[in-house]
Amino acid sequence: MKSIISLILLSVIALGIAISLDKIPFGVPKTKIGDYYIDKGREETGAANIVTSVVVNYRCFDTLGEVTILFIAAIGLGAVLATRRKKEKREIEPASLVLYAGCRFLFPLILLFGAYISIHGHLTPGGGFQGGVVVASAFLLAYLGCRGRRVSETGIKTVESLGGLVFIVVGLVGLAVGGHYFLSNFLSKGELNSLFSAGVIPIIYIAIGLKVGSELTGVIDHLVEESE
Amino acid sequence: MTFLHDYIYYIGAFGLIFIGLFIMLVKHNLIKVIIGLSILETGVNLFLIAVGYISKGTAPIFSNSAVESERMVDPVPQALVLTAIVIGVAVLALALSLAIRLYHHYGVLDLRKIKEQRW
Amino acid sequence: MILVISLLILLMLVAAIAAIFFKDLINAVIASCMVSLIASILFYFLQAPDVAMAEASIGAALVSAVFIIAIRRTKRYEE
Repeated sequence: MKSIISLILLSVIALGIAISLDKIPFGVPKTKIGDYYIDKGREETGAANIVTSVVVNYRCFDTLGEVTILFIAAIGLGAVLATRRKKEKREIEPASLVLYAGCRFLFPLILLFGAYISIHGHLTPGGGFQGGVVVASAFLLAYLGCRGRRVSETGIKTVESLGGLVFIVVGLVGLAVGGHYFLSNFLSKGELNSLFSAGVIPIIYIAIGLKVGSELTGVIDHLVEESE
Repeated sequence: MTFLHDYIYYIGAFGLIFIGLFIMLVKHNLIKVIIGLSILETGVNLFLIAVGYISKGTAPIFSNSAVESERMVDPVPQALVLTAIVIGVAVLALALSLAIRLYHHYGVLDLRKIKEQRW
Repeated sequence: MILVISLLILLMLVAAIAAIFFKDLINAVIASCMVSLIASILFYFLQAPDVAMAEASIGAALVSAVFIIAIRRTKRYEE
């Protein structure tokens, strides 16, 4: 009964959306601002990847809010899952030798890959968000393969605060030195398509990578700890 | 064929949105509801990227400094969706932790049974 | 090209519908993970490699792992 009612409701919504989507053609330019970013982005920010320059330079305030949402969600998860019981030491069944050795072998390689993606965010596809997630998945692999190993909570908190602090401090320095707005690009833009270019963008993206990676690692840490 | 070319991405995106909404409306298991939320989120992201696409455009990345700015797809929806995906995983983890807490408290995951019980 | 994309979208919708009917929640999680994976291929076809990378690493790896940890903590079968 309930499913029939919801199907009818959804089909009414679908009809309305289909009528309005008929007016939005696929594959046609729709905004002017995108063309502006593509035309002027290279001179104004110095980054070859326009998506990076939008995320970190033009709409950096948005990104700051987004990172804050991530932080609040991680804190909320910790608060919800926190228990007052004493953690009893339980016998953890060790993983098999092949799995253990494979995880030990792959863990630094995945960390290196995540660092590469974060650092080269202004040149190639990728950036701090993707790199941070790759780093977090390396820690997930370590939790699965090397049972009983644990990242220290203080380390996670320190790296996370460091990332946030770098973001804010670079933004305020830009406000004081460079121009009249938050996170203005006060370093030299350098040559396009070289690693040391685009001013503050790589620094900010590395900070975002550290913050995202440590926050998601903290989330996984809380969940795994709860389930053991 | 022109119909497929014009509307196939919209069909896929809104198909995902409707399937996700259907799961959230009909199912009673909390974990299933959260799976529906994740499917719905993927659909919304796919729709936003499809709106920003320009036919025969390239990705908004300049691989060589000599290349002229040819036709490129809109970078703004891509930047929005990039942040939305990362927020999505944190929100999903928060929702799952609430589900785990509810299971500890009530012993069931069924929403109908949770409604019947008292604190 | 358009036929390949149509086939991928059909496969994605089938996987999403399969997630409705599975009683075993692990199977439903794997189906939703497949939805994310195909969506990341579609992002690549739509010239959004940044988003494709994020969706592949999050949708295929992290979300499914988080779901499976949560299912292990609660009940596996939906009654």
